[in-house]
Amino acid sequence: MSVHAHPTTPQFSANAHRAMGDGNLQEALARLRVGFSTRRAAAIADLPEFDALRDAARDIKIHTLAHLDLYIEAYEQRVKESGGHVHFARTAEEARRIVLDICAAHGAKTVAKGKSMISEEIALNDALIAAGVRPIETDLGEYIIQLRGEMPSHIIGPAVHLTKDQVEADFRRAHTHLPHDRDLTEPSAMLAEARAVLREKFIAADVGITGANFLIAETGTSVIVTNEGNGDLSQTLPKAHIVLASLEKITPTLEDAAQILRVLARSATGQEMSVYTTFATGPRRAGDPDGPQEYHVVLLDNGRSAMLGTEFEDMLRCIRCGACMNHCPVYHAVGGHAYGWVYPGPMGAVLTPSLIGVEKGGQLPNASTFCGKCEDVCPMRIPLPKMMRHWREREFERHMTARPQRAGLGVWAFFAKRPALYRLGTALAMRALAFTGRTTGRISKLPLAGGWTATRDFPAPQGRTFQSQWRDRTKAKAR
Amino acid sequence: MVETGRKIRVGLFATCLVDLFRPTVGFAAVKLLEDAGCVVEVPAQTCCGQPAFNSGDTNAARAIALQAIETFAPYDYVVAPSGSCAGMMAKHYPELFEHDPELRARAIAFSAKAFELVSFLVDVLGVTRVAARFPHSVAYHDSCSGLREMSVQAQPRALLETVEGLELRELSEADTCCGFGGAFAVKFGEISTAIVDRKTQDVAATGAPVLLAGDLGCLMNIAGRLKRQGSSVAVRHVAEVLAGMTEAPPIAEAPAGPKKG
Ligand code: SF4
Repeated sequence: MSVHAHPTTPQFSANAHRAMGDGNLQEALARLRVGFSTRRAAAIADLPEFDALRDAARDIKIHTLAHLDLYIEAYEQRVKESGGHVHFARTAEEARRIVLDICAAHGAKTVAKGKSMISEEIALNDALIAAGVRPIETDLGEYIIQLRGEMPSHIIGPAVHLTKDQVEADFRRAHTHLPHDRDLTEPSAMLAEARAVLREKFIAADVGITGANFLIAETGTSVIVTNEGNGDLSQTLPKAHIVLASLEKITPTLEDAAQILRVLARSATGQEMSVYTTFATGPRRAGDPDGPQEYHVVLLDNGRSAMLGTEFEDMLRCIRCGACMNHCPVYHAVGGHAYGWVYPGPMGAVLTPSLIGVEKGGQLPNASTFCGKCEDVCPMRIPLPKMMRHWREREFERHMTARPQRAGLGVWAFFAKRPALYRLGTALAMRALAFTGRTTGRISKLPLAGGWTATRDFPAPQGRTFQSQWRDRTKAKAR
Repeated sequence: MVETGRKIRVGLFATCLVDLFRPTVGFAAVKLLEDAGCVVEVPAQTCCGQPAFNSGDTNAARAIALQAIETFAPYDYVVAPSGSCAGMMAKHYPELFEHDPELRARAIAFSAKAFELVSFLVDVLGVTRVAARFPHSVAYHDSCSGLREMSVQAQPRALLETVEGLELRELSEADTCCGFGGAFAVKFGEISTAIVDRKTQDVAATGAPVLLAGDLGCLMNIAGRLKRQGSSVAVRHVAEVLAGMTEAPPIAEAPAGPKKG
């Protein structure tokens, strides 16, 4: 899909406009908005020490990022000792190359894939198809969007933008070998159908590709959490298992991962734990009942190491739980595709400019009311609004701020720095505005504020400013 | 209700929006503070600098912040009838001077005396009731910055409970953003409208004829949308009701218009 290579992020407003007119999407979003937040709230109410766990989880990540080089080295060492391989990829291009080479070495015709955001980030499927390898998404949500030729709209629920009816229609269109009159009204029937279809394909896959939630430095283990168990099959059945993960997934110990897991599922889906937590260490050993012959880890940088030591370092604590978007009023209004690239919502608004450049991603950190709900729910206590503001600073410094906004701000700041002029100017302006709105108390059309008055009235000022009235009152008292 | 001896001197930070659009809120704030035993002054002032700060113009924000720090130096406290402006002063001023230890120290000292009005009344002055009457049902919206930066949530409800005749009807999502967000409301007007529509639906669902909140930005946004939708809900700043100063027409309503609350 071309959106990988050509993000539509610069057209965020147009994307959002379209999204707000999409009835199916709005129906799906209404469900998501209530569902995720209710479940998270219930899970947290059951765990009084949740905030203390968040602090502990955050501290683990802070420590790890401060010593990332050491932990990466240790991790690589352990993977080697267990018979696996670690490949470092500086860019998306390098990562794709490494994966394609491994596939070629195994003469792979098909690969079974577990859910991986890194695969999306590097546009792996396009590259596989171009190389004649068929990628089969085994995660239900990923499978659905693959059928539709879409991007994920959410980092933990790739297909949350769809209604059940849409998915049913997709299944009927794609699974033509099944009886026409089968009953797909229950979601469980659709799940069973997808499983049956997918399982045949698993068996045929030569290579399995998964993401990772954690890479454990102490043991060289990759850990994935899922609710479907498809990840297990993707990594144990084929001849080679490739783990795709970015640098910041490195976690010192299994104990640390266990700590972070306690906040992850609760923040994401409101579960205490995801249904499957799967550990993989190296290839199959003599005596193992199953497992791949080869075990590869592709460790992707793609701009992350450049975030270390900057005001964006905190973003590398993100564990991709999705809570920030699940609670974001902007995401609720426009959904994930409007963000135009792989990562939506508040975490995307911070991360996307880092990864594709602020020239392309610059609208996202501006498209926030700074309501602060994302930071409030983030299990890793990432100061998302603060980092969006840092992007706005960079844009302002580089004169990328939209011209009318910059001009308006300039005039306003000029007066704000000069109290006497401010009092005079505002007193006159408010008199004029009050006059305009004198009969109704509101103004239905304002130049330069069409974004407001297209849909909202603008309340008229009461008349004289508070400061001028106050001065009169003080004078009167003094008399 | 405050320590005996010298009276507490409060510098009222009216906020741009109250200064320009709704002086009634400023006078209501003064009344509430004076009733609680404070000496209130309003030094010549402009803005807290938040629009510049949130637009990435850090230099302008710093200059404006320093001016405010200077202006309010003589007072024991700086109090604003807005969680958003108070949050800017109390939480973000120190961030502005991260690279200048001396100014940072001043900003931190200043931030420690900056408060949002209603939480200041309750938490600092120990006010437990107000002498006001408002015989209406009201819904109350928690403005984001007040809620998340200044922990304003229980205090306004506690004082509203003591207003004679008033019945509080909770919104189902009182703590969800109204979609204002300063420049966001103009720049991303369509998204902002989609967000405020949830709020106006929520308000309508309570059946309350009055909506209150503690921040004029949110109130102008919600009132602007309600009026465009033809709603008769009256929108006011919470301080007006707590001070018993509800003679002025509600926000975005005609000076001589039909009386509501
Ligand atoms: S930024 Fe925080 S809330 Fe959002 S996905 Fe990452 S960890 Fe979760």
